[in-house]
Amino acid sequence: MAQHQVNYTQSGGLPVALTTVDKILNWGRSNSIWALTYGLACCAIEMMASGASRYDFDRFGTIFRASPRQADLMIVAGTLTKKHAEFIRRLYDQMTEPKWVISMGSCANTGGMFNTYATVQGVDRVIPVDLYLPGCAPRPETLQYAVMLLQQKIRRESANKSQKPKRLV
Amino acid sequence: MMRPYTPKDNVQAKSYYTDRFWVAPRVPEEPVPAEGVYAEDLEAVKAKHEVLKAYIQRGQLVIHINPEDNLEVLRILKEQRWYEMLSEMSAVDFLAERGGFEVFYQILNLNTAKRVRVKCFVNENQAVESVNPLYRSADWAEREMWDLMGVKVNNHPYLKRLIMPDDWEGHPLRKTYPLEGDEFAQWYEVDKIFGKEARDIIGPENRDPARVDRYDTERFARLGHEVPRGAPAEDEKETPVQYQEEEGVFMIEKLSADRSKVLDRRK
Ligand code: SF4
Repeated sequence: MAQHQVNYTQSGGLPVALTTVDKILNWGRSNSIWALTYGLACCAIEMMASGASRYDFDRFGTIFRASPRQADLMIVAGTLTKKHAEFIRRLYDQMTEPKWVISMGSCANTGGMFNTYATVQGVDRVIPVDLYLPGCAPRPETLQYAVMLLQQKIRRESANKSQKPKRLV
Repeated sequence: MMRPYTPKDNVQAKSYYTDRFWVAPRVPEEPVPAEGVYAEDLEAVKAKHEVLKAYIQRGQLVIHINPEDNLEVLRILKEQRWYEMLSEMSAVDFLAERGGFEVFYQILNLNTAKRVRVKCFVNENQAVESVNPLYRSADWAEREMWDLMGVKVNNHPYLKRLIMPDDWEGHPLRKTYPLEGDEFAQWYEVDKIFGKEARDIIGPENRDPARVDRYDTERFARLGHEVPRGAPAEDEKETPVQYQEEEGVFMIEKLSADRSKVLDRRK
């Protein structure tokens, strides 16, 4: 028994919130997007800046993880070389569902200015991408906006549907 | 040994223009002086091996030798003339002009601060001897030379590609190698990860990074006029930039534009 009386009706309503399982799951997911540190080139500097105190990703619940097993989001920040392509695919496969990918910067989107034999012309040739982020490099604000858009996308999804296998690419 | 300075103040403002008949100036070749350090170096090499050509370029001695002698010439220069540091070595592609490569070794004497460049010419399939026993810095340089130019090196302890993946085909720094890659290079990641049968699904590379197609909603979205993926582009209507859904999110305060402050000046 409570030792003191709580007057629920007076202190602003019952301490009960009604919601759906979908909503609460998606709310949890969208506010704890743990990102895999995937800095490949200069865009990684902007990604690090977004994680640091000035832009502060932690307030979105986005914390960088060094292991794909703990990550929900892969931010591909930089130039993907052909030599590295198989490893990005392997790390993507090691992430647990549900998982999302942000392709950050022109290089990750299209190969950017590296129109050469050694650069993958867009990471979407190797892994499926949810959000493309233009810029060379995108500012930290842009990456923040991308994460907020991704949060909206996650909240719109149905949480407990069976995981549809994603497209090959 | 610095390059002469040319003023480049308005190089951006000048219109881009190249003269087709302009011939790149050659660095002048001067004869080797009769005495001095370089004369002694040259004597030491000439005593044992054939020297095809020797001259001074920008104050540095350049010696052309036969490719078979490279290790022994460098041994003389290192052990008798104290050129103890191999600061650079690589090959230059002369496949079109002369059907081979010019391999060069740039060595430095740390006591006299003198530099010598030893050059030899190898045909396309001719191998050079590794100078790794003399200079440890040749290890990776020779691997890089093999990787990017395809000049074989004999008796190298670990001749493996250095920069390109191990299963790469071709030597990309050759002048005949296309910049955008041959067929192997263009499909490399697809073949390796998904197999050749995925080529049809994934399609060829888009080599025009500036390509934007407004009506291709499968690949492009117009900012502020987004439609669902694959829907016809005509359905678009203006969608303002929103940081959150209309009805807000549980336990998260909604950002309202009138409560935020936009700085009109940098602090
Ligand atoms: S998009 Fe620009 S900033 Fe980003 S990795 Fe490529 S070159 Fe660097």
